[in-house]
Amino acid sequence: MDLFPRHLWLIPALPLAAAGIGSLLGPSRRRLAGMLAVAAMALAALLSLAAFAGTVTRETAGEASVAVHNFGWFEAGSLLVSIGWILDPLSAAMLLMITTVGTLIFLFSIGYMADDERAHRFFTFLSFFAAAMLGLVMANSLLLLFVCWELVGLASYLLIGFWFTRPAAAAAARKAFLTTRIGDLGLLLGMLWLYAETGTLLFFDDGRGCLESDMLAGLAGRLTASGLGVSAAISLLILCGAIGKSGQVPLHVWLPDAMEGPTPVSALIHAATMVAAGVFLMARVYPLAALDGTADVLRVALTVLTWVGAITALSGALTAVAQYDIKRILAYSTVSQLGFMMMGIGAGGPAVGMMHLLTHAGFKALLFLGAGSVIHGCHHEQDIRQLGGLRTRMRLTFATYAVGMMALSGVPLFFSGFWSKDAIVHSLEGWPGGKLPFVIALGTAALTAFYMTRQMIYVFAGPARSPGAAAAHESPPVMTGPLVMLAVATIGLSAITTPFVPWLEHFLTSSLGKGDSPGHANWGVLLLSGTISLAGIALGGWVYRRVPGGRATDRDPLGIRFPRLFDVLERRFYVDELYAATVVRWTQLAGWLAASLDRWISSALHDAAALAASAGAWLTRTLDQGVINATFDDGCEAARDSGRILSRAHDGRAQQYLRILVVGVAVLLFLLWNLQGT
Amino acid sequence: MSPLHLHLLLAAALFAIGLAGALTRRHAILVLIGIELMLNAANLNLLAFWRYGPNPEPLNGPIFALFTIAIAAAEAAVGLALIIAIHRRYRTTRVEDIRRLRG
Repeated sequence: MDLFPRHLWLIPALPLAAAGIGSLLGPSRRRLAGMLAVAAMALAALLSLAAFAGTVTRETAGEASVAVHNFGWFEAGSLLVSIGWILDPLSAAMLLMITTVGTLIFLFSIGYMADDERAHRFFTFLSFFAAAMLGLVMANSLLLLFVCWELVGLASYLLIGFWFTRPAAAAAARKAFLTTRIGDLGLLLGMLWLYAETGTLLFFDDGRGCLESDMLAGLAGRLTASGLGVSAAISLLILCGAIGKSGQVPLHVWLPDAMEGPTPVSALIHAATMVAAGVFLMARVYPLAALDGTADVLRVALTVLTWVGAITALSGALTAVAQYDIKRILAYSTVSQLGFMMMGIGAGGPAVGMMHLLTHAGFKALLFLGAGSVIHGCHHEQDIRQLGGLRTRMRLTFATYAVGMMALSGVPLFFSGFWSKDAIVHSLEGWPGGKLPFVIALGTAALTAFYMTRQMIYVFAGPARSPGAAAAHESPPVMTGPLVMLAVATIGLSAITTPFVPWLEHFLTSSLGKGDSPGHANWGVLLLSGTISLAGIALGGWVYRRVPGGRATDRDPLGIRFPRLFDVLERRFYVDELYAATVVRWTQLAGWLAASLDRWISSALHDAAALAASAGAWLTRTLDQGVINATFDDGCEAARDSGRILSRAHDGRAQQYLRILVVGVAVLLFLLWNLQGT
Repeated sequence: MSPLHLHLLLAAALFAIGLAGALTRRHAILVLIGIELMLNAANLNLLAFWRYGPNPEPLNGPIFALFTIAIAAAEAAVGLALIIAIHRRYRTTRVEDIRRLRG
C-alpha cells in the first residue's frame, strides 16, 4: 500500500490521541474513556492489518521486504539526527499482535475496571502505553526506539502503581522503574558506542544504516582492547537493556512484583508486549550480534544470550512451582517463557524467538485475562488455596483458561505454544555451544506443564474451598468475549507455526536473516517435546490428586514431601533478600553519605552567609545610629539651644528693642563716617 | 559758628533730649512726648536749612514743616489711641509691663 510506510505513524497516533482526549475526561465519563480507547486501538488494528497485508503481498511478489521512511528530526550545527519508520515482517507482525491483543485487553478492562473511581485515568495510561509500544516496534532508529523504550517504562510505572495508595503497589512501581533503568544504562552505552562506530543510528537507510551489510562489513573483525569484538561488545551492552526490560536473571525481580497492578495491565504489559520489547530488540539487532564468526564458531553475544535465557527459564519455572498467588504463578511463568524466547534467538535465530513471542503473547494474555476473570468473579481472591470448584461456576473462563494452559504447557498438535516451543528446543539440540541449554529447556518445559496443571487443579477442580469461591459467578460478556477470541487465536496460530507449514517462520526470516534455525522438521525432537509436556501434566495431576476436596489450610503436597526445597522455591531463591542486603544497602549508604556531606557543606556555607549578613547588619546599624543619628540629633540640639538663647532677646519689651536699635544705628553711622574715605 | 550751626546744634540737642526721653521713660505718654520732641527737632532742622540754605525764596521750608507737623499730629493721635486701648485692656501705662509680643 502506498499509505505505508510513510504514514505508519498513524498507527501509534490513534491511541495517543485517545490518551490525549481521555485525559480531559472526568471520572463520570469512564465508560466513554474506555470505549474511546478501544475504538482507537481497533482502528489501529485495522491499519496494522492493512500494513501487514501489504508486507505479505510485497514479500510474495518477491520485492524487498524492508520498507523505510526516514526524515531528519533535528539539527545541531553540523550534526543531523534522523529518525524513521520501518515496515518489515518483524514490525508488521508486532504491530498486528500489539493492536489486536491490545484491543481485546482494552475491551476486557472496561468490564474489569467498571467499579474503579479512577478508571478514566487507567484508559489514558493504557492508550499512552499502547502508543509508545507501537512506536517502539516501528522505529527505524535506535534513538527513536530508545525514546519509546523509556516512555513504555514510564507507562509501566504509572500502570503498576495505579492503585498507588497501596504501599505495595507504589513500591512495586518504583522497583520496576529502577530495575529496568539499570539495564537501560547498558542500552544507552551500547547505542552511543554504535553511533560512534557507524555514525548513524538508523537501522536501514539505503545501504548506510547500521544494520545493513555495508556498515556491518566495516564493523566485522574490529576488536576492543580486551580482544572482544566491537560488535559483540555493543551487542552485550544492548543485551543489558533487554535483560532489564524482559525480566531476565539477574534483573527479573521487578516482574513478579509488578502483579500489584490491575490484571489487564499484567496481561498487556507484563505478558504480551512490554516485556517482549527486550526480545524484540534482540531480534532487531540480531545482524549486529551475529556478526563475529559463522554458524560454527561461537558468537559471544548470542552465547551469553542463550545462557542467560536458560538460567532465567529454569529459575522462573522452579519458582512458579511453589507460588500460591494466581498472578505470581503466571508472572514467573512469563519470566521463564521470556528465557525461552531469548534462548530461541540465541540458538535459533530471530525468527524462532519471535515466533514464540507472538504465540506467547496470545496465550499469556489469555491466561492473565482468565486469571482476571477469576479474580473478578471471586471478588478479588487471589490465593489459589482459597479457590477451587470454578469449573462448574465459571465455565467459559475455565474452557478458555484450559486452552491457554495447554498452549503454555506445549500440548501437541492444536496449540500454537507447542510448535513455537518445539522450534526453540529443536534449535537448541543442534546448538554448538553445548548440550546443557537443550536439557534445561526440556526440563523447563516439563516444569511448565507441571505447575500449570497444579494451578488448574487448585483453581478449577473439585469443590470450592472458601465462601468467596463458592459464590463465584461467570464474568460479563465484555470480559469473556476477549477470552474466547484469544482462545480461538491461540488455536488458529498453530496452523501457521508448524514446521510443516512454516509460513510464519519464513515470513519473519525474510528480513531478519535465517539465523541458525535448522528449518526442517525433526520428528525425534517433536516426539520428545510432546511426550515431555504430557508427562509433566500427568505428573502434576498425580502429585496434586488429593487437592480437590481438601481444605484451604492444607499444605502443598510437594511442600510436605520436600519442605526445605519448597521453602527455597517459595521464597524465590531469596534473590530479593540478597539484593536488599547488598545493592539496596550500598545505595542507601551512598545516599546517606552524600546527604551528610551535603548537609555539612551546605550548613557551613549557610552559617558563613548568615555570619556575613549579621556582620553587615551590625556595621550598618552602628553607622546609622552612631554617625548619622548622632550628627543629626546633635545638630538639632544645637539649633534648638541657640534658638533658645537667642529668643531671650525677644522679651516683648518694646523700649528695649528701641534702645538696641538706636545703638545699632549709632554704630552703623560711625562706621559709615569712618569708612567714607577708604 | 554760623547761625546755621547754632540752629542745627539746638535741633540736635532737642533730638537727643527727645531720644533720651523715649528710651528711658517708664510712662508711655512720656515716651510719646519724647517722640514728639524728636519730630519737632527734625522740623527745626528743616527750617534752619531752608532759612540759611541757598534757596530762600520759595516756601519749601515751611510747607515741608507743615507736612511734618501734620504727620506728627496724626501719629500722636494714633499713639494716644494705642495707649488708651492698652490702658483699657491691661490697666497700666508702664511700657515695661507690655510684653505680650515676646519671641
